[in-house]
Amino acid sequence: MDLKIRNLRKDYGRFPALNGVNLDIRSGELIALLGPSGSGKTTLLRSIAGLEIPDGGQILFGDEDALQKSVQERNVGFVFQSYALFRHMKVFDNIAFGLRVRDRARRPAEGEIRRKVLELLDLVQLSGLEGRYPAQLSGGQRQRVALARALAIEPQVLLLDEPFGALDAQVRKELRRWLRQIHDETGHTTVFVTHDQEEAMELADRVAVLHKGDLQQVGTPDDVYDLPATPFVYAFIGESTSLPVTISRGQASLDGRPLALDRFDAPDGPARLHIRPQDVTIQSEDGAVLTGAVVGLRRSGPYRRADISVGAGHARIEALLPPDVEIAIGDRVGLAFSRSAVFPEDEKVLRKAA
Amino acid sequence: MRAEVIADPTSESRLARFAIILLSVAFLAFFLILPLGAVFVEALRKGLETYFESFSDPDTISAIELTVLVAAIAVPLNVVFGLAASWAIAKFDFRGKSFFVTLIDLPFSVSPVVSGLCYVVLFGAQGYFGPWLAAHDLQIIFALPGIVLATVFVTFPFVARELIPLMQEQGTSEEEAALSLGAGGFRTFWSVTLPNVRWALLYGVLLCNARAMGEFGAVSVVSGHLRGLTNTVPLQVEILYNDYNFVAAFAVASVLAGLGLVTLAIKSGLEWRYGDEMSSAHRR
Repeated sequence: MDLKIRNLRKDYGRFPALNGVNLDIRSGELIALLGPSGSGKTTLLRSIAGLEIPDGGQILFGDEDALQKSVQERNVGFVFQSYALFRHMKVFDNIAFGLRVRDRARRPAEGEIRRKVLELLDLVQLSGLEGRYPAQLSGGQRQRVALARALAIEPQVLLLDEPFGALDAQVRKELRRWLRQIHDETGHTTVFVTHDQEEAMELADRVAVLHKGDLQQVGTPDDVYDLPATPFVYAFIGESTSLPVTISRGQASLDGRPLALDRFDAPDGPARLHIRPQDVTIQSEDGAVLTGAVVGLRRSGPYRRADISVGAGHARIEALLPPDVEIAIGDRVGLAFSRSAVFPEDEKVLRKAA
Repeated sequence: MRAEVIADPTSESRLARFAIILLSVAFLAFFLILPLGAVFVEALRKGLETYFESFSDPDTISAIELTVLVAAIAVPLNVVFGLAASWAIAKFDFRGKSFFVTLIDLPFSVSPVVSGLCYVVLFGAQGYFGPWLAAHDLQIIFALPGIVLATVFVTFPFVARELIPLMQEQGTSEEEAALSLGAGGFRTFWSVTLPNVRWALLYGVLLCNARAMGEFGAVSVVSGHLRGLTNTVPLQVEILYNDYNFVAAFAVASVLAGLGLVTLAIKSGLEWRYGDEMSSAHRR
């Protein structure tokens, strides 16, 4: 089922948690709401579920106005960050809960419920644990029970709030792959909230980046990584460093010296040039975009990272280099950028990536 | 390196520890165990037969019946009020919440005599509602309703005090989960909220019951001390004692003391067995 979110607003006291958010969620897709804490991502998710009442705007489930419906009527599967399993119920009863609370006309027979619960336990790979209490399960297992419980009601949309937030790194990775698999098998429209960009990029079909209640960009992981729409997305997703430059007729210059870069489609005036470390290459000083001095050098996993001080203001650019690169601290080097972007200093809109 | 015994920095010397333990044990023995033991000793001074004879007095029997009746009304009322109050405090945000929390503790801080007097002022023959009540042939003061009211007031905090911290700790996410799974409000309360607090609730009920049966001050003001009619067990103990009927006074008192001990035993058992399902205050 398609979800349409139109100009959604929510204020907590003075500051807006959602500042007029518009988002279309396509049927069957897995979409991530990504942002730092306080960005409004959880408020958006809870508003879709009906656990939060927005102050303005619209939420459409298909063509139906979801805001006219109570939480119970929306038929959403919600997986909570802390799992929120019913602690006094066994795993079986947790998963069966959503079916047992239905009114008599829609409630399946106990045998049917049993069949369904065991089937779900099989899906989440927990067969045989139906008699355990939540306290007797590991974090990853609880997470799976929470998902099975949400799936039991055959939800129109599946909502997950930081689904892997409380798990350690190894389990996270495993569950991430597994959730993608479940999604592909069941085909639910799925929205999940995360502050972990790696998780969002790896797992989602599309990523919606939020910042201070504003939707910054929606796109495939490739889009948001390669073509960030705002300086915030540039800085938040992946690594980047930025230089203060001046734009004059599309030409970027640093300290009054024009840089050998393609012209930017940006207005004249102060701006910031953003570069990702892996887009920086070292070359001889002749014909380089910029020259600078190596001031830091360190090993980082399979790569070597270099801090290069450029320009009169000693701004630093970080470069991700192959481990065998032959430079030393104090060397003067030339830099070239395989990709860069310029945002005017008012930091609102992207003009063009070179 | 010299093998030197270094004193544990967080521990006192043996002598100091011994002195502190001895002091507290002596204090407990003198102020708690000795008087409590004395009650039973005095009650049994003239043998078991006299002890049991004390309970054949019709006034005593009616006092016991009245006390049980009052507790049977007051405790369920306070279970309902306590659940409602702690639900409201733990699960919702509203203006004046902290004032409300303070108010719940009021019966702890106000002398029971004062609370008894409040009811006399309100419902007594010369009280605000006195004439109206008299006109409608309703008696509250010097009758069962007054005793129940006073008891409810005095024992109000017990259930709520046990539930509030636990409910706050548990948060609202299980309730939200139940709602999102389609459960209605009552169903959510009945099958999620209530089972999660059941042991703390039982604990609160026990304390509430012990206090309801043992309350003296507030009940003394509103009861009127009518023998065989409005005397509860604690009031009966006082009357027997003032009549120099010491054995009977202590015999009846021993029932109250026994009730206290049983409550304590069940309470400790609950803490030991279900401590993790009760609020963090009871975790050992």
